[in-house]
Amino acid sequence: MDSFLFLTIIFLSFGIYFIPNRYKYEYTMILLLAGIWVTSSWSIQALFLNDLPVSIDLHSGLLNYDFSLYIDKLSAFFLLAVNFTSLTGLIYAYKYLKPYYRIKYPLSFSIHYFSYLWLYLSMSMVVMLQDGIAFIILWEIMALSSFMLVIFNAENREIMKTGINYLIQMHIGMIFILLAFLIAENGTGIMGFRSLKPYFSDHSNIILFMMFFIGFGLKAGFMPLHTWLPQAHPAAPSHVSGVMSGIMIKMGIYGILRVVASLQSDLFIIGNIILFVSLISGVLGVMMAIVQHDLKRLLAYHSIENIGIIGIGIGLGTIGLAGKNDYLCLLGFGGALLHVLNHSLFKSLLFYSAGSVNHSTRTRNIEELGGLIKKMPYTSAFFLIGSLAICGLPPFNGFISEYLIYSGMFKSLYGTDLYTASILLSGIIGLTLIGGLAVFCFTKAFGIAFLGQPRTNKAKHTEEVPFPMLFPGFMITTVIMIIGLASTFFVLPAFEIVTDLFTIKGLDQSELNIYTDNLMKISSLGGIFILTVILLIFYRRYHLSSKKVSYGKTWGCGYTAGNSRHQYTATSFADNFTCLANPVLRSAKLEEKIEDTDIFPKKRHFHTSSCDVFKDYIIEYPKEFLLKSLKKIAVMQTGQINHYILYTFLFIIGALLLTYFELI
Amino acid sequence: MTGLILIIFSAVFFPGIILRTKSIASGRKGPGILQPMKDLRVLMMKDSVFSKTTSIIFQIAPVIGLASIICASLIIPFANQPAFFSFESDFIFFAYILAVGKFFMIISALDTGSGFEGMGANREAFFSMLAEPAFFIFLATLAMLTGYTSFSDIFTKFYITDSDFIMIFSLIGVYLFIQIAMIENSRFPIDDPKTHLELTMIHEVIILDNCGFDKALIHIASYLKFAVYGSLIYNISVPAGWNIFLQTGLFLFIQFFFAVIIGFLESFRARNKMIKNSYFILTLTAISFIAFVIIIIITGKIA
Repeated sequence: MDSFLFLTIIFLSFGIYFIPNRYKYEYTMILLLAGIWVTSSWSIQALFLNDLPVSIDLHSGLLNYDFSLYIDKLSAFFLLAVNFTSLTGLIYAYKYLKPYYRIKYPLSFSIHYFSYLWLYLSMSMVVMLQDGIAFIILWEIMALSSFMLVIFNAENREIMKTGINYLIQMHIGMIFILLAFLIAENGTGIMGFRSLKPYFSDHSNIILFMMFFIGFGLKAGFMPLHTWLPQAHPAAPSHVSGVMSGIMIKMGIYGILRVVASLQSDLFIIGNIILFVSLISGVLGVMMAIVQHDLKRLLAYHSIENIGIIGIGIGLGTIGLAGKNDYLCLLGFGGALLHVLNHSLFKSLLFYSAGSVNHSTRTRNIEELGGLIKKMPYTSAFFLIGSLAICGLPPFNGFISEYLIYSGMFKSLYGTDLYTASILLSGIIGLTLIGGLAVFCFTKAFGIAFLGQPRTNKAKHTEEVPFPMLFPGFMITTVIMIIGLASTFFVLPAFEIVTDLFTIKGLDQSELNIYTDNLMKISSLGGIFILTVILLIFYRRYHLSSKKVSYGKTWGCGYTAGNSRHQYTATSFADNFTCLANPVLRSAKLEEKIEDTDIFPKKRHFHTSSCDVFKDYIIEYPKEFLLKSLKKIAVMQTGQINHYILYTFLFIIGALLLTYFELI
Repeated sequence: MTGLILIIFSAVFFPGIILRTKSIASGRKGPGILQPMKDLRVLMMKDSVFSKTTSIIFQIAPVIGLASIICASLIIPFANQPAFFSFESDFIFFAYILAVGKFFMIISALDTGSGFEGMGANREAFFSMLAEPAFFIFLATLAMLTGYTSFSDIFTKFYITDSDFIMIFSLIGVYLFIQIAMIENSRFPIDDPKTHLELTMIHEVIILDNCGFDKALIHIASYLKFAVYGSLIYNISVPAGWNIFLQTGLFLFIQFFFAVIIGFLESFRARNKMIKNSYFILTLTAISFIAFVIIIIITGKIA
């Protein structure tokens, strides 16, 4: 019955093209809700009710191909995250897309909604399919549909270019995954994730793993494979960037987890590779985020950072698997899994808030914003909550997952060998640096964009977005607070998923009690914190009610004509950091010098820019080299038919000679 | 419970002792030891003026700053009595909950829209970010030495481990905790609360626009923070098994001593140039890293 409904949704999705423009959104919403209902019921079965994975046959007799869905605990976890984020994204899109109805053709909306639905369907099927061919097809549909979503504003040439860049990179990733699956099939005769275990048990693990890691890592955005991320997210409409950054890039994490779960040997070195790449992604991601002025690009770099944190968890878990250290394995993978969920929540919240800012101010440059908290109180509150959560501060959800990863590292330090101890220490240093830098970055982003005085008219004449754009914020905040304050209900299932996936011993009852106890204490401390804050706020209000409260200007050191241009800017806030980190960031300043002869200096311009070192070295320079060398070869393209006949003639002669000397 | 009462008790006298030391060192008669408390009362009685630029963030930030330090003090143990809340890796919570307070103080400075306060906000964010690794590396060292991962367990087991080199860690710990406390409280080598120029301040410039009740809250939070770090210093330098009365006496003595050191340092030395601060803080990270290398050597991981 359920599988029939699922097939019906797939079939009905094509109906979007035939529905009147007014009802397209509602139609999409109904189909999405139906999909969420079906898949959620499967995943709840798999996660909480059954011990065995749920297997669903999709009546694929028509296709003459085994096309069955298979939902174990890991798939169920990812399914629930996909469902929630896709739902909030579509709710947010309702008002966000309204202004476009006047300027765009109905066909663009059909394509947009159709792609959105198919992005959802492909993501949910990617986590449910075990078969290689079907997986690759859905993986490809996921790339295509997200590409169509990114280029919603394709009239803008920049956006189109970004979209194509994204598409090409996704296909490079797909080639790696496809090749890896084919190699495994060549060795075992099965295609798909099921072939990996037998393949890995009698072949070298590391090469095939690296192929998968590059393929899935491109989707996830590990450095140096991240270059599409900071371009595609700002280009896409905000609900799309929320969904893409919130959950689509996690499909890469899903793939990596599945592959890691099948590994048989070389675990230690693979764990080290993952950890090393993740530390670089985490630290450099947040460092590059600090120098960004585009709100959405800043958030995109933070996605790389958070993928780094997830990767640190996975790397530690793999090292734990290698060393038979069940604690490290459980806490590493468990923390990584929980961070997948947490990041999907706060990152989509942040992207929706950034989208709301863009929607009402028509700018994403934080240097042009300021003082939004008075005009857009709800959006600001959501951005603040998202910022606190992404910095991993208690009592929000980000703290719980980072705590698990930290705690795994600290617990494993005692009695390890030198090498492991240094690895663990590097993980600890990495995580603390990421945490500190994230606080630096989000105090900047929130403080400059939402607080102080409006820096331009764009920020001055603005108003709060309509309620449907705020509603997803309420939903997400509720879940963030629940995870932050009742973490036990989320951590223990995450542990169960890990024990199920990696067939490790798991925790016995007494150890489980310790963990429940730890988390309960964190929850109660979080509760105490919130309670203290509320009590103090009430006491403060009571206290101030008997005092005279007046309002004046900000203290200006005697200067009374201060205006909004005297405020600290984002560039100046990041300046001392940029000085320290310039060898890596290579930010450039462009300024016109004041000459001695300029008695009355004229208006001048000042421009700072930051560059992405990896993007330059991996994408830009090779691309330029390729273009240059190909231009030289283009000499052959003369456009004269006799030349082309000559080429053919030379080719035939060459082929004849080579055959004659038995070289080919 | 005793620990908490002692922390509050020492927080009452802490700033007064610093003031008194400074006045004696500079040959002045100076105010009494309870003068900061009297100042608090004056602040509490004052009316409030808020900048029109500010929003709710400015109003709640001092409250959150105080609440965060109260929460942090709940996980500090005293002698062999465990803290109110003691759980695995609770020092992570300690560091992160303090960061919540800092986060709000930084954005409340940006909330005023003043160039000066933006400067202070930036420095506060930058320096506390740099100081974080030193704290964590040193706690990793302690976790590796004792095999435990909570403040209460580490400090009760610290002197029981059969290592002969415990004094090394104790000394490094005392030094690191003093310096981190100074950075967290924006005192001597990093910042000087008595600076006159806004351009060179860190913490004082953040709270330029706070007045009355809010300023009193900020001061209380700062005194409590000193006492909390003081009790960390105490915990790492005194074995947990000793008699409770001796412990109490030693606790008060160490807090007193800590305050006197701060007073003396601030009387006789000039603060760092702003540009040198980052190097200074990174040196702390290096020192805690050395502690980690020592633990690796003495546990025989390196021949």
